[in-house]
Amino acid sequence: MKTNKTQVILDKNGVSKTIARICDEIAQRNSAKNGLKDLAIVGIRMRGAHIADRIAVLLKSKYKAEVPLGILDITLYRDDLTTISAQPIVRSTEIGFDLTDRKIVLVDDVLYTGRTIRAAMDELVDFGRPRNIQLAVLVDRGLRELPIQADYSGVSISTTHRQIVEVRMKESDGRDEVVVNSP
Amino acid sequence: MILIKNGRVVNPGGKEGKLDILIKDDKIAAVGKNIREKNARVIDAKGKTVAPGLIDMHCHLREPGREDEETIAQTSLAALKGGFTSICCMPNTNPPIDSPGTVKYILEKAKENRGGTVRIFPVGAITKGRKGEELAEISELKDAGVVALSDDGDSVMNALVMRRAFEYAKMFSLPIMSHCQDKQLSRNGVMNEGYNSTVLGITGMPAEAEEVIVYRDISLAAMTGGALHISHSSTRGTVEILKQAKRKKVNVSAEVTPHHLILTDDLVRGFDTSTKVNPPLRTRDDISALRKGLRDGTIDAIATDHAPHSQEEKDDDYRSAPFGMVGLETCLALILTEIVGEGVITLKSAVAKMTVNPARILGLKKGVIAPDQDADVVIFDTGAEWTIAPADFAGPCKNSPFIGRTVRGRVVTTIVGGRVLYSL
Amino acid sequence: MNSKKIVFKRKDLLGIEELSREEIELILDTARGFKEVSIRPIKKVPALRGKTVVNLFYEPSTRTRISFELASKRLSADVINIASSASSVVKGESLTDTARNIQAMEVDAVVVRHPVEGAAFLLSRVLKASLVNAGDGSHEHPTQALLDMFTIREKKKKIEGLNVVIIGDILHSRVARSNIWGLTKMGAVVKVVGPPTLIPPRAQDLKVQVFYRPEEAFIDADVIMGLRIQLERQTSNFFPSIHEYVKDFCITPERLKLAKSDCLVMHPGPINRGIEISSSVADGACSVILEQVTNGIAVRMAVLYLLLAQKQI
Repeated sequence: MKTNKTQVILDKNGVSKTIARICDEIAQRNSAKNGLKDLAIVGIRMRGAHIADRIAVLLKSKYKAEVPLGILDITLYRDDLTTISAQPIVRSTEIGFDLTDRKIVLVDDVLYTGRTIRAAMDELVDFGRPRNIQLAVLVDRGLRELPIQADYSGVSISTTHRQIVEVRMKESDGRDEVVVNSP
Repeated sequence: MILIKNGRVVNPGGKEGKLDILIKDDKIAAVGKNIREKNARVIDAKGKTVAPGLIDMHCHLREPGREDEETIAQTSLAALKGGFTSICCMPNTNPPIDSPGTVKYILEKAKENRGGTVRIFPVGAITKGRKGEELAEISELKDAGVVALSDDGDSVMNALVMRRAFEYAKMFSLPIMSHCQDKQLSRNGVMNEGYNSTVLGITGMPAEAEEVIVYRDISLAAMTGGALHISHSSTRGTVEILKQAKRKKVNVSAEVTPHHLILTDDLVRGFDTSTKVNPPLRTRDDISALRKGLRDGTIDAIATDHAPHSQEEKDDDYRSAPFGMVGLETCLALILTEIVGEGVITLKSAVAKMTVNPARILGLKKGVIAPDQDADVVIFDTGAEWTIAPADFAGPCKNSPFIGRTVRGRVVTTIVGGRVLYSL
Repeated sequence: MNSKKIVFKRKDLLGIEELSREEIELILDTARGFKEVSIRPIKKVPALRGKTVVNLFYEPSTRTRISFELASKRLSADVINIASSASSVVKGESLTDTARNIQAMEVDAVVVRHPVEGAAFLLSRVLKASLVNAGDGSHEHPTQALLDMFTIREKKKKIEGLNVVIIGDILHSRVARSNIWGLTKMGAVVKVVGPPTLIPPRAQDLKVQVFYRPEEAFIDADVIMGLRIQLERQTSNFFPSIHEYVKDFCITPERLKLAKSDCLVMHPGPINRGIEISSSVADGACSVILEQVTNGIAVRMAVLYLLLAQKQI
């Protein structure tokens, strides 16, 4: 008999350290000297948006960069609408800036099959033509179904489809942590 | 010769009880206990009810005009399946029964049916073309064989024309059957006016559209001394006006249909056109008044208003589909189940309202099992349960809102003029 | 809050009468997400890509048809418009036969407008495709009521407890019927006002208060909803003249003063200026008539999305 096993990948401290590291990498790669003025951060609802929010705060405090922040709701761009059991609630996308010629850092909590990122990129390009799109994720759990990779990844772990990777964020779940549940 | 043995005879106009009935040629020869006749074909009616053949005062033939919907032969079979041995057909054929020619056509056509036909008593139009303007040739119609007058679904809106009709018909003792409905007050209406019509946004026909004409026609009958019969009473107000008129000894009688005794306009909520009928299905309150009127004798008769309409015609929106439902095959079973079964009236009273009472109103020597009477007899099983299905209707039209309903009571044998014309 | 997942199980949207309060709220919540799509540079999301929506209109209606057409297109569905004058409708083909033919073309949704009550019900029984009632006779016009409720909720942040007055030809109005069902389910106090000839029988049984005088009905109103008056009603004696109707029932600035100062004035359009509503009110600060039109697209997107996005047809 198998029992459920829960393994903590990142605790509270680990989460904030990891986000800080991602933030540094973003600044480095996009030459922080000019104030990151053509950069924008776009989080994918819902936990990706929380992470994006924190990255924006850090960029401001550490690099004095005012980076526009957006939120994407990719529900309407999903390719699995006909197969999921319940419709996800449609919420609005909030992109309050013109993203043409900007460098966009797309942020999500977990990178898995890559389909969410595909949907997010489809939606992003409907808003304009960014100079480039970079991808930041807190956890890369492998098992890709599309040719997509992260530019910034907090932790990379090897998982099976049966495992569940849960990212908890203080804003929505009361605390920060990343755990893997194995059946 | 036919000998019906061991049946329970329900015969409001004659002898009742566990009796045998002997039929010789087309007449009743004897009614009594333990009749023996060795040359007779014996029908064992043990456990069954034997009654005079039922009389439907109000049904619609589709021949001539719409033989695709129902031929006279098919209407006849529908009647026989329902235990009816006599039916009165309304004049809304095409051409209408406003001249002796149409009367003769119908009667001849009925005779052609080799297998034997239900007895048909045509009702002639009051006015030419049922237009409510000029009186039809009533004397000619009488000679041709009509038993009553009616403009059917088209109420005669001109009160003076109606007065003349009452006066003129008096000399032939022809009752006038009135479908009471003020045409202006019910204009564009396709259902009962009330809560449900408000919810559905459908134009309604108020109860008052019926009642103002009931009142008018009763006044005219009282004034002229003519005989008035109110067709398919459907509202509480109609029952109340009738009751008052009968107390004043006005020469008025009335009928009600099974559907108006059982169904309400709640059924229209699904926009099912099989519920579209004129007068429309009313409310629970109307039903309770009609049932009370049936019980206290205010309403004399039960009639079907059998009106076949093709699937093609009924398969339309609620405003465009025609009014009417088929009912000959289901009338007796519905009355036995819903009215007798619920204790509204007795079996004997129900039989009276489909036999002796219509015969009396129409002046027909019918509706009783007694020596020398026409041998019109129905045998039915009050205990037999069945579920009404499209296949139970004789003609091609299956426009009944009762399909799917389980009822108790089924006709086993129908005898017209000494011939078994239907047996289950 | 993300865990709140209600499944919209319906195949069709035939009327507001059949909806629960929770379903109405789900549609309104979903519409909020869609409103933003219409202000994007590219006003299109791929949610209904590959789906086909047929607009089957037996009555002329530019506004509702365009609104449905835009809603479908912004969801990337393909749209076909069939208007009564151009279709086999006039050639004597029955409604159900037309429906069967459309069904045979494997479309995913049919939006139908028809002058007879119950036409949408009749079609929904024949069609496997989802059916949206865009107005059936005097019966229901569910998407209009939904967009009205959406607009009220957006402006007033709630519907519960508001005084909503519906004025005009209640008897013949599908907009009034759908709104009465919806607003009462959402907890509003609904008052109807019009001449007694245009108030349907037993209107009180719809849980509304009935008034014959706008001066009484408008007191403390949070929302006043005008209805289009069909000019031909005067020939059927519903009222003696347009002149007299205007005198007693027009939404004028004077009458509007009786309502709360932040009262919303709504109208499903098209408006008869100076008849059911005076121009200064229609164009005034209280009027949200054009916002209703804008919101109509978001609400219809939400309805099509909820009916079609999840289901395998």
